[in-house]
Amino acid sequence: MSVTSLEGSAREGSARAALDTVFDPELDEPITDLGFVRSVTVTPDGALTVRLRLPTSFCSPNFAYLMASDSKDALTALPWTRDVVVLLDDHHDSDLINRGLAADAGYRGTFGAEAEKDLEELRLTFRRKAHSAAMERALACLLRESPDLTEEDLHEVVLADLPDVTAAGALRRRRAALGLGVEPSDHVLVDDHGTRYPQGEIPLRLRFARAVRVSIDGNAHFCRGLLRTRYPRSGADQVPRAEEFAQFTAPQAQFTAPQKENVS
Amino acid sequence: MYSKDGENYFIVDAHVALWDARPENQLNIHGKQFIDCFYDYHRNLSPESELWPYEDYLYYGGERLMKDLFVEGYVDHAIFQPARLGAFYRNGFGQTEESFALAQRHPDKLTYNHSWDPRYEQKGLDQLRRDAERFQLKGAKLYTAEWKGDSRGYKLDDPWTYRYLEACQELGINNIHIHKGPTIRPLDRDAFDVADVDKAATQFPEMNFVVEHCGLPRLEDFCWIATQEPNVHAGLAVAMPFIHSRPRYFAQIIGELLYWLDEDRIQFSSDYALWTPRWLIERFVDFRIPEDMTEYAPITTAQKKKILGLNAASMYGIEVPAGLGVDEPAVA
Repeated sequence: MSVTSLEGSAREGSARAALDTVFDPELDEPITDLGFVRSVTVTPDGALTVRLRLPTSFCSPNFAYLMASDSKDALTALPWTRDVVVLLDDHHDSDLINRGLAADAGYRGTFGAEAEKDLEELRLTFRRKAHSAAMERALACLLRESPDLTEEDLHEVVLADLPDVTAAGALRRRRAALGLGVEPSDHVLVDDHGTRYPQGEIPLRLRFARAVRVSIDGNAHFCRGLLRTRYPRSGADQVPRAEEFAQFTAPQAQFTAPQKENVS
Repeated sequence: MYSKDGENYFIVDAHVALWDARPENQLNIHGKQFIDCFYDYHRNLSPESELWPYEDYLYYGGERLMKDLFVEGYVDHAIFQPARLGAFYRNGFGQTEESFALAQRHPDKLTYNHSWDPRYEQKGLDQLRRDAERFQLKGAKLYTAEWKGDSRGYKLDDPWTYRYLEACQELGINNIHIHKGPTIRPLDRDAFDVADVDKAATQFPEMNFVVEHCGLPRLEDFCWIATQEPNVHAGLAVAMPFIHSRPRYFAQIIGELLYWLDEDRIQFSSDYALWTPRWLIERFVDFRIPEDMTEYAPITTAQKKKILGLNAASMYGIEVPAGLGVDEPAVA
């Protein structure tokens, strides 16, 4: 009995760890941190059921499908799982998506005529946005720490120049996801394909990257707040957004609480 | 009109609704889900003192609308931007007859914009011509994520949409408001993509395209387009209430909009009854860009006056009483 429950607990832990690798493509955060995982249930014979929930009934079905199917893939890849059931709760397309997941029908198989293509292009779009935002965070951090540095100077900045904070690590991960170089001598300020911008364009490109970052951060806060409104106890399942720490605190004091705002 | 610290502000609320989401008007579960989603927005972003009971939120009627906007809300003029949502509500979500009757009783205070859907093709186009005459339309609200049969939405650059836009231009319906906020379209394309606005704005340079919710959650794509298309404007519906719950994020939104667009192309909206205008106006007039956000210039009183009313008044030809405009700098 106790052996089984210990094993069950370890398996639940490994299932949650697998779900840590599933990201909301739009918010660029793990679904576990966002509080989107409602429950993880493992039976003694190894059947695994994961329920997911989203901030509104009308969250975009393509993103909902992406997260649910990525979850199923991540869980199925675990060595001990046999029957994996992923269920999306309270969504306007819950029935459709849950049937599609159960049948491993794929995106087109699930949505039929409404879906023209697979979702890889959309996923790439959001990886690029995530990279822009991470690049801006890292460079804004560098500019704050180095008052003598001008925006134009950023043309020469390489990965090794970035202060060793969360933002630099996050940028390397986003670059790797896009297939961009992560060597210390690689230039930081590059476009979606890894090409450096002309020096004269830097203020504009940095400004645009900032708008991308503002957009992603804002969406993340909005979705997190809506989830807490919709599911009153879900706040306990949310992990504070990592980049907020870097954004609102001095680099020397990264682990103090971010500036409080009036979040309902 | 709102007055504070010796300054007078002419207020145009550019996006309001008179909706009916009561159970008897809900066609299916999606009707309930939709209003519940709105109510969650309301609960999530409103100050506690401004929260409505759920029952009031389902339907509030014209009398309450007049009171919330014009008696308590400082609003001088408001524009109806109805969403039909015929796949979710029996008699539609936005109440056409009730809104239009109210606007007829108060022509100095209310403008009625109507909605259309290009997927009704020729039949809808004929209807649009009749509606334009009956409602004396100056503007239209497009909900491109509206469901219709198997279709979950359309794009502004679809061939039939262009035919409707051509008709609008001919009929003097020059102000096109497009919902580009949280949408429900399940296609493989990005549901929030604003690229179709770019194409339509280029195709119809004489018309105004107001992107409601200023492209949130795709603020950057919207800004990039609006920078290049002078006839693209930002509607602040849904962005406004962040002034309470996330003031720093609100500062970023306004800061980015002022940078990429300019102070003449941003319009205040309460999105009533998602939120009531009174507290939004009070807080916006008091609003300052936080001092440590040095990447943004301070927002001026003149900019606030334009955003709160003068921009939409100019677009809709609403008369601004003497003394409530902004002094134009003398041309050098």
